[in-house]
Amino acid sequence: MSDEKRKLLAASPLFFTFFSVLTGLLVGALVLLISGYSPLKAYHVIIDGIFSRPSYIVYTVIYSTPLIMTGLSVAFAFRTGLFNIGAEGQFIMGALGAALAGAFLHLPPVLHAIVAALAGIAAAAVWGGIAGFLKARFGVNEVIATIMLNWTALYLNNFIVTLPSIKRTATNATAFILDSARIEILPLWKVSEAGRTWRAMHPFWHDIFRTPFNAGILVALFLAFFCWWILNRTTLGYELRAVGHNADCSEHTGINVKARMISSMAIAGGLAGAAGALHVLGWTRQAAELAAMEGLGFDGIAVALIGGTSPIGCIPAGLLFGALKYGGSKLQFALRAPIEVVNIVIGSIIFFVAMPKLLRIIRRWLEPKKRQGGDSHAA
Amino acid sequence: MLLESIAFIIATTLMYSAPLIFTALGGVVSENAGVVNIGLEGMMTLGAFVGAAVGYFANDAWIGFLAAGAAGGALAFFHALACVTFLADHIVSGIAINFIGPGLSLFLSRYFFDGATQTLSLSLDAKIPRPLNGVFEQNGFFDMVFNQYATVYLALFLVAFLWFILYRTRLGLRIRAVGEHPKAADTLGINVLRIKYLAVITSGVLAGFGGAALSVAIVSRFSSTLVSGQGFIALAAMIFGKWKPVGTLAACLLFSSAQGLTVYLGRGDLQRMLPIPSQLLATIPFLLTLAVLIGFVGKSRPPAADGIPYEKE
Amino acid sequence: MPERKKNAAELAVEMKQITKRFGNFVANDSIDFDVRRGEVHALLGENGAGKSTLMNQLYGLYLPSSGEIFINGKKVRITGPKIAIARGIGMVHQHFMLVQPFTVAENIVLGCESVRAFGILDTARAFREVEDLSRRYGLAVDPGARIQDISVAMQQRVEILKCLYRGAEILILDEPTAVLTPQEIDFLAEILQNLTAEGKTVIIITHKLREIKKMAHRCTVIRRGVKIGTVDVASRSESELAEMMVGRAVSFDVEKTPARVQEPVLLLTDIYALNNRGLPALKGISLVVKRGEILALAGIDGNGQSELVEVLTGLRPVESGSIRFRNTEITDFPSGKRIDMGLAAIPEDRQKRGLIGPFTIAENLILEERSLPPFSRSGILDLQAISRHAKTLIDRFDIRPPREQYIASSLSGGNQQKVILAREITRDPELLIASQPTRGLDVGAIEYVRKRLVQVRDAGKAVLLISLDLDETLALADRIAVIYEGRIVAVLDREETDERTLGLLMAGGGAVHV
Repeated sequence: MSDEKRKLLAASPLFFTFFSVLTGLLVGALVLLISGYSPLKAYHVIIDGIFSRPSYIVYTVIYSTPLIMTGLSVAFAFRTGLFNIGAEGQFIMGALGAALAGAFLHLPPVLHAIVAALAGIAAAAVWGGIAGFLKARFGVNEVIATIMLNWTALYLNNFIVTLPSIKRTATNATAFILDSARIEILPLWKVSEAGRTWRAMHPFWHDIFRTPFNAGILVALFLAFFCWWILNRTTLGYELRAVGHNADCSEHTGINVKARMISSMAIAGGLAGAAGALHVLGWTRQAAELAAMEGLGFDGIAVALIGGTSPIGCIPAGLLFGALKYGGSKLQFALRAPIEVVNIVIGSIIFFVAMPKLLRIIRRWLEPKKRQGGDSHAA
Repeated sequence: MLLESIAFIIATTLMYSAPLIFTALGGVVSENAGVVNIGLEGMMTLGAFVGAAVGYFANDAWIGFLAAGAAGGALAFFHALACVTFLADHIVSGIAINFIGPGLSLFLSRYFFDGATQTLSLSLDAKIPRPLNGVFEQNGFFDMVFNQYATVYLALFLVAFLWFILYRTRLGLRIRAVGEHPKAADTLGINVLRIKYLAVITSGVLAGFGGAALSVAIVSRFSSTLVSGQGFIALAAMIFGKWKPVGTLAACLLFSSAQGLTVYLGRGDLQRMLPIPSQLLATIPFLLTLAVLIGFVGKSRPPAADGIPYEKE
Repeated sequence: MPERKKNAAELAVEMKQITKRFGNFVANDSIDFDVRRGEVHALLGENGAGKSTLMNQLYGLYLPSSGEIFINGKKVRITGPKIAIARGIGMVHQHFMLVQPFTVAENIVLGCESVRAFGILDTARAFREVEDLSRRYGLAVDPGARIQDISVAMQQRVEILKCLYRGAEILILDEPTAVLTPQEIDFLAEILQNLTAEGKTVIIITHKLREIKKMAHRCTVIRRGVKIGTVDVASRSESELAEMMVGRAVSFDVEKTPARVQEPVLLLTDIYALNNRGLPALKGISLVVKRGEILALAGIDGNGQSELVEVLTGLRPVESGSIRFRNTEITDFPSGKRIDMGLAAIPEDRQKRGLIGPFTIAENLILEERSLPPFSRSGILDLQAISRHAKTLIDRFDIRPPREQYIASSLSGGNQQKVILAREITRDPELLIASQPTRGLDVGAIEYVRKRLVQVRDAGKAVLLISLDLDETLALADRIAVIYEGRIVAVLDREETDERTLGLLMAGGGAVHV
């Protein structure tokens, strides 16, 4: 490869992300090695755990679905100059909204699912909008505001979920959503008499139907493209990006900066809410009391950063992340290795993603001092 | 009864304030030198774990306490490396620390404690001592208020100490100069990078102490839900305190009083009089933080070069 | 230029064959530069010519790629400001290196503070030493005042004291007069005389010809990284110096036909407004701007100009008073509405308020019209229309490089300004507000911008020019209004006034009936 081409490749953001992922995996390998586990075995367990059966691949996709969407939430906000650490709380509100609408409304199938999802998205959009409002009107830093709102959402969820009129007896969770609201693929058929018989004859599908394979992934993919389209092809997206890059100039040219900030956070909230809503409608079918935050919102931050904060980038990043999480969950059983090594890997990847100038600076150090003082600067 | 209630609230306020004060002061040091440290939560968590684990194995909370500081400092070193040498975005690096800190803590916890996500408890006499125990009449007003863990007194002392360093010494002047106008400091021959490293590592040490103040004083072990956002409340306290030690102390007391109030209102005898569901009580500290930020933030301003990576030409 | 070779010891500074490269770009090319002890030596060149780069090497901020430096006859290798300071070199930068919340004394001693035991600051001693120094050189400062509260001229004195405190014998001043009024410039000239009388050597980096004539003994001209020559200032005229600087004959006059003034388009009545700190910034401004004229607002920075522009563009609320634009009361109109009505503004900080740096040229060109056809229909952008529009404007305004996908922040200052001009002028505004439109541009770009402003005025529109450059004001204006402490203290026709009078008015003296 020519020198010129090599330089260009090394400077490309894709190469850099790839490099960061690789380095993060190396750090994880190191940690495992030091604690007496074999990194090769561990990574083998993970790869096996993802690819060796059809149901595993499907589970990976299912794990990735909410992550893609929370990633979109953070990435979208990021493109508009805001740091949405509140995806976690917005996720919770989305899940809660969908669970309540799914359990207590009575509507025909498909329509019920759509309405329940929208209920969750709306609740989460409001939650996100609150943070946007606080920033626009009072100048409250959105990082802190969203973190406070996360905890508030958690406890609010716990409060509502355990209300006697809402909870299911003998549990600390809401009533299950009605079948008309579920978005799982053929949930009733696959466990029916006819379904079982058919499955016995088709082992491939039999395996897949073991999982709560649902339509969420399609929504996630659609949302990714939708976000990209809004940001790059609409006036709204233009204004949101303008405000994100330079609020002063935007104000000067007549863009309503305050309103845009609120819209931005509301859209971001809605995206994270979609993640929560679809998670409930497709898999868990309930909203439960939470001892701690599930972490899907925080993971979304990692997904967004690894995906280069672009909406389309969230898809592969979300899949990578889901794969790591799902595969990593098998480590405990297979090797008695702590699953938190995955968190360490992810943290390391983000760490390297944070340093775009790393490669440039390392190269500068390694370059021999050609001329007296050449490019070197005073100490 | 009223006096007892007041004493109870003051006592819980002081007790819960120590971890916040340590961590928030860490934030103050770092940001006065111009490095944003969102990773306080991660450093605090690691400190909490290391404090509890080392304290357990050494059967001495003070050794654990010091080890916690070292651990926090070590983690902070990476933040400094990323932000100061490699010009990383301070917030993204902080987020990475918030993944690595708890991740490492739980990983090590499982490793050393047989797969559990919490450490084994220190025995009562191995915990941080209460230096004024037995001085006052037991359960009297003064006993309740002043019979605190040593970490509380250490934290209060640290506020004064840090104030003095920042505003009365040469080092403090240079730290603040680096945070306000690193280029000016640089052209006057001040080693900007060294000061930033020092400040960030110190902030990690302090956050580590904050975590230990939780795990070997207030309780006697580390668990995965121990820290739960207090690192972020410490950040809010720093902003409310306008990046100054004394203001930050006031903010920490305010926030921990909210926690104190929550515990107070959750007490059995009060629950009968005023039955507020415990979950809603739990939101008080966070909503209070928001209310305070709404009322006060517009008027405060961080150091001018805070969060901006400094690149030498 | 033949020069009498002086005894080496009489040369305070000698830079021989200095070359500085940044990658492939050669900022300084084999420059020979020497300064005699006790003289004021000017370094003249356009923006980007390489004069600051040369001095930065003297101060240790850069290392030369090749060449040697001699201080007082001794060869030295200046690897950092600390070494430079140790060798008696001090530098006052164009953008002051002062810590705003710190006091004057703290700023002066920073980096070499006197301490008592345990590193505790000896503030009393710092104060004493500052006062002594200040008295000795006639540089009046208040040691306990905070930088954010003092005037720009005093800040400059603080910067000079910083150098003297460290024992500087050689002082480098980078564009020292850019921020001063004519009277303050005279004071500075006196200060420089005091310094050279005490045996100090002064180098001033500047592109202001008048100040060179006033203050310097000799002048070295740099153009495009190369030294053109060194001359005795007394023996050259301003236009000769300008020609050396630019490489061709430069005319200072802007070609202007007399104004054909028509009816008023903007009427300000008794405007009161607060600044960012909640203090009154505008105290009863009344002003009229007419079609077909350029009205210049002259004044020292910080007397309310910025706030006035913000009030006009709708970014700052008005406490009381009225703004009438095209016979409509627009006092409460939001920015967007004023823009729609034909108000255009070139902001004083083009990178902060004029452009969205990470956006492309094409995107920046439709900033105000983003939601209108043909660029957008029902909220969806028409990328082709945007691209066509950009190509047209790039062509018409000679924006370089002529690629509409180019990111705005990578453009040179002059081209950035052209993008802003293109955008504002082609909207055919009724009133164009231009704040510091030529700041930081090279001579070619300056000429272009001024020509365009005159064109707008000749097309029968109104131009409100806010400029800190008196030369520019006098060259362009048909009428001049002087603002002082938030009030209009004078409105004069161009022919009625000159630099002296304006300078006096700007400083608050001799308020003339409006």
